[in-house]
Amino acid sequence: MNGAMEFLLWTKGPMFQIALGIFAVGMLARLFEILLLGRATNHAEARAGEWLPGLRTVFTRTIPDPGTFRRAPFDVLVGWIWHLGFIIVLLLSVPHVELVAGVFGVSWPTLPNPVIDLLTAITLAGLVAALLHRLLHPVKRRISIPQDYLVWALTFAVVLTGYLAYHRLVDPYPLALGMHILSAELLLICLPFTKLTHIFTTVFARWYNGAAFGRKGVRS
Amino acid sequence: MAATQTLAEQLRAQGVSRRGFLKFCAATASLMALPPSLIPRIAEALEAARRPSVIWLSFQECTGCTESLTRSHAPTLEGLIFEAISLDYHHTLQAASGEAAEAARLQAMRDNAGAYLVVVDGSIPGPEANPGYSTVAGHSNHAILMETVEHAAAVIAVGTCAAFGGLPRAAPNPTGARAVMELVDDKPIVNISGCPPIPMAITGVLAHYLTFGRLPELDAYRRPLAFFGESIHDRCYRRPFYDQGLFAESFDDEGARQGWCLYRLGCKGPTTYNACATQRWNGATSWPIEAGHPCLGCSEPAFWDAGGFYQAVSVPPRVNAEALLGAGAAGAALGAGTALAARRFTRHEQQQREPVTVEALEKRL
Repeated sequence: MNGAMEFLLWTKGPMFQIALGIFAVGMLARLFEILLLGRATNHAEARAGEWLPGLRTVFTRTIPDPGTFRRAPFDVLVGWIWHLGFIIVLLLSVPHVELVAGVFGVSWPTLPNPVIDLLTAITLAGLVAALLHRLLHPVKRRISIPQDYLVWALTFAVVLTGYLAYHRLVDPYPLALGMHILSAELLLICLPFTKLTHIFTTVFARWYNGAAFGRKGVRS
Repeated sequence: MAATQTLAEQLRAQGVSRRGFLKFCAATASLMALPPSLIPRIAEALEAARRPSVIWLSFQECTGCTESLTRSHAPTLEGLIFEAISLDYHHTLQAASGEAAEAARLQAMRDNAGAYLVVVDGSIPGPEANPGYSTVAGHSNHAILMETVEHAAAVIAVGTCAAFGGLPRAAPNPTGARAVMELVDDKPIVNISGCPPIPMAITGVLAHYLTFGRLPELDAYRRPLAFFGESIHDRCYRRPFYDQGLFAESFDDEGARQGWCLYRLGCKGPTTYNACATQRWNGATSWPIEAGHPCLGCSEPAFWDAGGFYQAVSVPPRVNAEALLGAGAAGAALGAGTALAARRFTRHEQQQREPVTVEALEKRL
């Protein structure tokens, strides 16, 4: 028996365990490595504290400065839109919250399905626009490496299969749901080893930047 | 009841009017998604049909399937059609007959070689399993199945146990239970899954077979598309609540009282293909979701092992928390080890460093 239901149960069972295992090994290995390596010792005398400027920068760098926005309005706007859409759909849709509740025993309020549906559509459009811009913009095309396209494809696949599953556009449905779960698992597996690691490292990187500037007594 | 009597003669003898019979034919045609122009053909074929010989084999089962089919609370037309087959052997119903029943089975196989239907309910301990797990008249289930299907025209696996292995096949499957289609590969097989299956699905398949002389169109799991072509979710009367995002969160909250969607209470309707939502049960009185309980997904493969009945479809059956913690710890150790090794290397290099002056370099060159 090799049908859609077996495929779904495989993605929900053994494959889910494998993906979680690889993610846990890879992500913790990378985080511990980064944190324990630390930064090179700075022998210069500190002019100001590190902690407060570091923490402030974690938040201030989230909002682009006017210069960046003027130079690259598309990247800022579209980047913001699809990142926000992705995070909201990931954290606030009913099946995802049920998954977390089922596995970890914690849950939180959710958004109604039609809202999630709209945000998913916006996220999909944003991702397509981001890819087109990457392909059409001469500078962005030149600085793109194959991994950038891989990371885009992994992200897009998760959102697209989720949209297809919700609207039951693939028949039979267990196949649609299985494809969605499998693409999420591929994303999890690749996360520690690609640029997707930024999901976790963004915060540290910003803190390091802010702290370094703070130490020098410079605003960042 | 003479085996040579046609179905029409028999139904009339049982007091079924022609109008009632045609209504059944029309219902069958629409259920099987056949055009109305075929209704006369169905009626004609059914009226002229000689009772086909049916051998009913019961293996590792709970008799729920037989109960579902034989104990309909009123004698329905479906029931009469069902009685109108020549049920030459049914081991549960004939248990008291002992050897005589076995003789009847062999007789039916001889007399109708190549033409009889085999209905199976219950799973079968596979050829590699201990044959003693389930026997009838001293023979293993596997031996009886293989002997009986050899000259059968077709095999109908009734119920989830026969179709997919069902409860006996649930992990760890102590009896090595297998589905009919895993053991029989040279005969047409129809799976009518469900725990129990909808009676109309069985009579529909039989009517189709009598009318056209072949089995109906099947899905990937060899289930008749007419009954298993659509999911519970897509035909559910509570679907509008799902679309609006209105869910019952417990069995006695306001949502449950309002009849909202049962997704969060573990409803497997989205992944389950069956006709409960349209056919309903007990003379179309109600069905599980209408009674306020989530669909268990009983007509799907591996439904016992597919996760908690009261956990949403998106929740994985089980997560090995210890293995996950172990993986995390291994990852942390790996990362820490790499970082510490790198630091030690740097320190070592720093200690080995020999200051070089320009003069010393010039001298060396």
